[in-house]
Amino acid sequence: MRLSLLIAALGRGVLDTVRGAGRLALFALNGVSHWFRPPFYWRNFVTAFLEFAFFSLPVVALTAVFSGMVIALQSFTGFSRFNAQSAVADIVVLSVVRELGPVLAGLMVAGRVGAAMAAEIGTMRVTDQIDALGTLSTNPMKYLVAPRLLAGLLALPLLVVIADILGVMGGFVVSVIKLGFSPSAYVANTIGFVQPTDVTVGLAKAAVFGFLIALMGCYQGYNSKGGAQGVGGSTTAAVVAASILILSFDYVLTEMFFSR
Amino acid sequence: MSGIASPKIRIRGLSKSFGPKRVLDGIDLDVETGTSMVVIGGSGSGKSVLLRCILGLIQPDAGTIEIDGVDVLGQTRRAQDATRERIGMLFQNGALFDSLPVWENVAFGLLARRGKGRIGRVEARSKAGDVLRQVGLDPSVGDLSPAELSGGMQKRVGLARAIAARPDILFFDEPTTGLDPIMGAVIDGLIVDCVKRLGSTAIAITHDMASATRIGDRAAMLYRGKLVWQGPASSLLESGNPMVDQFTHGRREGPISMELRR
Repeated sequence: MRLSLLIAALGRGVLDTVRGAGRLALFALNGVSHWFRPPFYWRNFVTAFLEFAFFSLPVVALTAVFSGMVIALQSFTGFSRFNAQSAVADIVVLSVVRELGPVLAGLMVAGRVGAAMAAEIGTMRVTDQIDALGTLSTNPMKYLVAPRLLAGLLALPLLVVIADILGVMGGFVVSVIKLGFSPSAYVANTIGFVQPTDVTVGLAKAAVFGFLIALMGCYQGYNSKGGAQGVGGSTTAAVVAASILILSFDYVLTEMFFSR
Repeated sequence: MSGIASPKIRIRGLSKSFGPKRVLDGIDLDVETGTSMVVIGGSGSGKSVLLRCILGLIQPDAGTIEIDGVDVLGQTRRAQDATRERIGMLFQNGALFDSLPVWENVAFGLLARRGKGRIGRVEARSKAGDVLRQVGLDPSVGDLSPAELSGGMQKRVGLARAIAARPDILFFDEPTTGLDPIMGAVIDGLIVDCVKRLGSTAIAITHDMASATRIGDRAAMLYRGKLVWQGPASSLLESGNPMVDQFTHGRREGPISMELRR
């Protein structure tokens, strides 16, 4: 009896998860389909793009600089045990460009923009603003979701380019000023070691992460229920889900592109 | 007057349930062209769901809704959009877009139009000023954000948004809720003016009996998802129906029992 209850609960959980994934996939397809079906709300796209790329710049820049600095220090400490200090520049550029740039930028933006997106759309849902859009000849998916999804997809790679540069600069500053590296040798090592695919795959990751952040923000906000508590729950769910998806997709993409 | 003219809005057998709760239970309702129908009923009696079904925001489980003789539930998405363009709605809490200034809220439906009826932002701004004037607001209010307005002003802006595209059907969801009696009377007056000026057909749902008698030509009462009474709005306070009498006079004792928990 107890076993059958356990299996039933497990089955319900699996079905709920599959149903939720299906709903999310349909929501994403519906949103993306509006990129190709006019009208496209360019003003909303520009607003969302600025929110992603421009207003997130300070927090992402600080994260990238300090991450680059910490990697330089830690890798120097580790490699000095094997007299391999010269690899510090290589490790810094590889870690930042392949992993830390896209992942840390993604996590910071998920906390900043994903949460704001879920809160804004969730508030619109519980105050009937989304229904009002429907009565004013405006498809809410087209007006609210499609521009944000495109903004996420395009803005995060741009942000990550800047994060990559600043992260490498952070490592450079620590290596030269604190660890006594030669500036020209450090730069030559960095440029010589990094491959174009390291950068492009990092940017492709960023595009996927940006899309996921916008998707979770929009999805959770759009399906908010109740009042302030419901919106709060959606905001939390958007950040948590986006963060988990970023980390899991990071593994999948790394496995796809770098695992040889 | 032709005796065989079909009603502007004709509802037959409309039913809607949310889980085990039956919110609308076989509603039959006609609203004649150019008249204002007021729907009264307690909280949770299905009034808002009725409006949302007509607007297409909620899909009913059964029944038909005809506007000008056309079944709107069987329409294609494009035709549904065209139907919605003919309907203006004032939401209970205004539902103004707080990311947009007041003028853009008012002109939103005009700016959303495609094809021949499309207008530019400059023209939309000017039209928004005209509509704001019609609801007793200075056009300079158009530059403010909705959050900077009082409750009464937000209702007026919501009304301006509802009438901006000159719809032939208007819906009002609790238009006076949260307003003081004087502001409530002002909003009711504006609603009556707008409906008359546009020659629109209107459905208003309200708890406010003073408002119901001011706005409505006809009235109907919903109780537990069923239409229990229909008649002239002027007879609301002495309808002779025990349920309506209990509701309009706010009596604790009577045939209506409050659902404390269900």
